[in-house]
Amino acid sequence: MKYIDEYRDEQIVRALADRIARRVTRSWSLMEICGGQTHTIMRYGLDELLPETVRLVHGPGCPVCVTPLEVVDKAIAIASTPDVTFASYGDMLRVPGSRSDLFRVKAAGGDVRIVYSPMEALKLARALPQRRVVFFAIGFETTAPPNAMAVWEARRLGLTNFSMLVSHVLVPPALHLLMNSPDTQVQGLIAPGHVCTVVGYRPYEELCRDHGVPVVVGGFEPADLMEAVLMLVAQLEEGRCAVENQYSRSVSREGNLPAQRIVEQVFEVCDRKWRGIGGIPRSGLALRPEFADYDAERVFPVAGVTAEEPPECISALVLQGLKRPTDCPVFGARCTPENPMGAPMVSAEGACAAYYRYRRIAC
Amino acid sequence: MCLAVPGKILEAEERDGNRIAKVQFGGITRETLLNFVPEAQVGDYVIVHVGFAISRVDEEEARKTYEALESLGLLEGEPGADL
Repeated sequence: MKYIDEYRDEQIVRALADRIARRVTRSWSLMEICGGQTHTIMRYGLDELLPETVRLVHGPGCPVCVTPLEVVDKAIAIASTPDVTFASYGDMLRVPGSRSDLFRVKAAGGDVRIVYSPMEALKLARALPQRRVVFFAIGFETTAPPNAMAVWEARRLGLTNFSMLVSHVLVPPALHLLMNSPDTQVQGLIAPGHVCTVVGYRPYEELCRDHGVPVVVGGFEPADLMEAVLMLVAQLEEGRCAVENQYSRSVSREGNLPAQRIVEQVFEVCDRKWRGIGGIPRSGLALRPEFADYDAERVFPVAGVTAEEPPECISALVLQGLKRPTDCPVFGARCTPENPMGAPMVSAEGACAAYYRYRRIAC
Repeated sequence: MCLAVPGKILEAEERDGNRIAKVQFGGITRETLLNFVPEAQVGDYVIVHVGFAISRVDEEEARKTYEALESLGLLEGEPGADL
């Protein structure tokens, strides 16, 4: 497939690894922010191709992982309502809530459907006028425009049986928090290529300036990530600090303006809780008041739902890059993708799932 | 969640106020909304996320990136090549 195969060329990936090894004179810790990038790194063993002095730290870019437990509990409460058809991306179904998960709701007779796009949820609402269709709208900046579009269309079509449980998050506020932490070891950032496709890399210039941290916007194929590492290492070795764009075939400085416009029309910035990390000011998106009729938290009586996170799971530290999945005492033993204790073991973007799937580690 | 993949626009039409395309990914095709990439035309590659094209692949940038990578791979393949 064009624009995929050529970036998986082994010779190119190995050549980049050699070049990185020759460029490095000391130790560097780099964070790839997006969970999709974490999976590419693990799947192709890119970290093992790098010299020991270049360490990759995995970032918080897994929306399933950072969706707070209480929002999962709200989803379960809504999905258990008899006249509700609950539509969600597949990953969210196995994420454990406090006492249950969406799969168990489905097994118990709840109408829980896996959808690939928010527009499929909208189609369900049109096809099932007697049901209340609720879409679980999670994600980062990449997913916000499609979800905004679904709400926009629902209003245009005059649908009264469609709403969204919104738990949208924004990447830069979390990165400011991580970079301000006295514990952080991160010296360079690989910015998330698809988030930047939508919002552009301009927001990362502030991050670079404020924290003196070099940033390279990276793609998702092995050669993309190795080139991003090489670009970061070159900046660090030369004492430079700038935002550079490796993923220029999709990312511009300004991003996708039509996509940004629909997000501004439908959503507004709000304070948001991140699972494992806690509340981060102005780190999320919520529906604007004029779209309140489409806000599932207003349509359904779930305002009082709160939850405490299980103490055993160290996902908070994993999501902040402070611990590796294999540092967790329950990793691979009592916590597996089949029986997850924390969301990073569930999601296709979670660091724990990536380690479990691609690393042969005796447990 | 931010998974997005490149695909080729095979055909596009206006339907119900939206611009909808048939996009090919390897052996399969999927219906994709082009609302965010009004400039995209049949034959273009777009990056698709949850049923929406979020960018048109910039062929010129892709070519530059790939040529740089390819030349690196070829040069590194030669023993003693000094970069």
